[in-house]
Amino acid sequence: MVCLEERSIGMEIKKDLQTKHPVEDLTDDPVIIEQVKRTITLAPLEKILNLARSNSLWPMTFGLACCAIEMMAAGGPRFDLARFGYEVFRPSPRQADVMIIAGTITKKMAPFVKRLYEQMPEPKWVVAMGSCAISGGPFVDSYSVVPGADKLLPVDVYIPGCPPRPDALIHGMLLLKEKVKNPKVVEEKPWKAIK
Amino acid sequence: MLRTEEFTLNMGPQHPATHGVLRLILHLDGETIVKVEPVVGYLHRGIEKLAEARTYTQVIPYTDRLDYLAAMLNNLGYVQAVEKLMGIEIPERAEYIRIIVSEMSRIASHCIAVGTYALDLGGFTGFMYPFREREKLMDMFEMISGSRMTHSYMRIGGVAADLPEEFYPAIKKFLKEFPSCVDEYDGLITGNEIFQARTKGVGVLSQEKAVQYSISGPTLRGSGVNYDLRKARPYGIYDRFDFEVPVGEKGDCFDRYYCRIQEMRQSHRIIEQALEQLEELPGGPVMAKVPKVLKPPKGEVYHEIEGAKGILGYYVVSDGTTKPYRVHIRRPSFINLDLLDEMCRGWKIADVVAILGSIDIVLGEVDC
Amino acid sequence: MESNKVAEQLQEYFQSIGNNRKVLTVSPDELIPLMYRLRDEYEFNYLTDETAVDYGDYFEVIYNLSRVPQGDILMVKTKVDKEKAEVPSVFEVWPGAIWFEREIFDLLGIKFTNHPDLRRILLDDSFEGHPLRKDFQWVGGREV
Repeated sequence: MVCLEERSIGMEIKKDLQTKHPVEDLTDDPVIIEQVKRTITLAPLEKILNLARSNSLWPMTFGLACCAIEMMAAGGPRFDLARFGYEVFRPSPRQADVMIIAGTITKKMAPFVKRLYEQMPEPKWVVAMGSCAISGGPFVDSYSVVPGADKLLPVDVYIPGCPPRPDALIHGMLLLKEKVKNPKVVEEKPWKAIK
Repeated sequence: MLRTEEFTLNMGPQHPATHGVLRLILHLDGETIVKVEPVVGYLHRGIEKLAEARTYTQVIPYTDRLDYLAAMLNNLGYVQAVEKLMGIEIPERAEYIRIIVSEMSRIASHCIAVGTYALDLGGFTGFMYPFREREKLMDMFEMISGSRMTHSYMRIGGVAADLPEEFYPAIKKFLKEFPSCVDEYDGLITGNEIFQARTKGVGVLSQEKAVQYSISGPTLRGSGVNYDLRKARPYGIYDRFDFEVPVGEKGDCFDRYYCRIQEMRQSHRIIEQALEQLEELPGGPVMAKVPKVLKPPKGEVYHEIEGAKGILGYYVVSDGTTKPYRVHIRRPSFINLDLLDEMCRGWKIADVVAILGSIDIVLGEVDC
Repeated sequence: MESNKVAEQLQEYFQSIGNNRKVLTVSPDELIPLMYRLRDEYEFNYLTDETAVDYGDYFEVIYNLSRVPQGDILMVKTKVDKEKAEVPSVFEVWPGAIWFEREIFDLLGIKFTNHPDLRRILLDDSFEGHPLRKDFQWVGGREV
């Protein structure tokens, strides 16, 4: 059990917590109970960790093709991915949480993509950005292209477009945030993640 | 006898400074580069083969995805090659529109080249400013073609649509602001002492070597060779505009970088003139009368234009059917990368990034 | 551009030289001496492009030469049999040909004799076949 202050980010957790507050076991003083209830809330550790994770996903600096430029533009001055806390692009897979597959995966590159994914620490997520990463896109019938990232890795969010606009990438990252924060909901009722 | 042993260091294909999926195998003696072995092909999608199974018009979107930083220029090279093969004359209005959009594309590409070069050398702020201008250009491209990066705007016989009304005020505003923005880059990046220390005198490429090794674009001109196809062998209507070809002196990284900065100013001049002349033209069609199904006569054509990274050539062979028999693309980045080994020898590991950034490669184009 | 003139002037030196639709043609045996002559006497000092095309039973290797900085361009072609696809490398004339020829070797399977570093460049070393040949068969993504 972890305690959180009011008005903190944990406010979201408080809503769905209906169990008896443990402070009621310790004292009968209504003033203290009220004070403690007002300032301290309780939540399962997993939930709090997920909340923290979802608000600072670190993507890996990993551009494959055209979509990588839009990914850079999303990190650039106008779209400013930093507003959501996702601007910390890490060059090393060992420090990253999210792998944004931005571009065409070729058969020559596929083993490296897989190895990079394996080098990332758990928990980890994969975003397939653009039609090449989703299905091979315009190059699907080529002799050297892997038709979609999901042939290699488990993909969490698909962002359509060729290439997707930076706004679309941001939307995709926010959907991933919903998924990270609330894995059960997404597993059972995926439509609930899309508001 | 005491001696040091060479060792090899792998750089890439996932590396923040290789501009994509380039892999370099560095052979080192301590920190000094003995040999650099570029390994390319991690983005080889087989566009040349795919083009053989597409109609002539369907190839245009693939050219976008070659050099995705300057997609309009790639479109231009391909459609001009096919027009040359079929002998199509395109309307004057379309010629002007093509010049305007392709020079805008050149500026957008150089903005990325300059911005990422600053980023490679450790200046994050230098990356932000050129991207700001690029976003303005992207907005205008979106007005014209509906897409930010992969426009597919040009058609065989002209362009897809006339410029929209709201484009004119936007480009005028951009043209007014842009010179001061380039001054800003000059102040922020060019004038920076650390930047100069990292680039001046580094990775010198001699004039003879550059010509022997078929280097082109700002990389060639940085070495002092005045060879710009817009001047040497004008295509389209480039002979109607007054502009200069910026040329470097020493052929070091700084000269190559500075050529790009000056080229942005020249492109700005070309757009200004083209816009002025376009507005004097009466309205009219932007597409020549071409059949819906294109069947170029049997034959072949080789056409070159000056792309953002260098000479972009298209070799198209027709067998008289609706699909090209063979499309070969001469990609400037691919050939420019050949000389990386020569340029890096004797320099330190940190300079590899500076030299690679100064060639300005795009992996989509290198690997095709 | 001026292939007529060049072909006429060089007729006495090279037997196989020909001029077909503004393109200079030559047999592979005489390719290297011709290229030296074009570079030294005619000042075509820049190899802009080198590529090849598969025409079924034979290959055509195409060289595009330029004069820098004047900007003239000349196309030279040579024909080789598919059975014995070997062309002398022009890398000693223009060192820039190294990567052009590696690419042609990779995608079309034409061997360049005397080439210093003839390996696959774009495709993986384990790749079988040469994709730009017309008889290349592969399984594309849509079918799988």
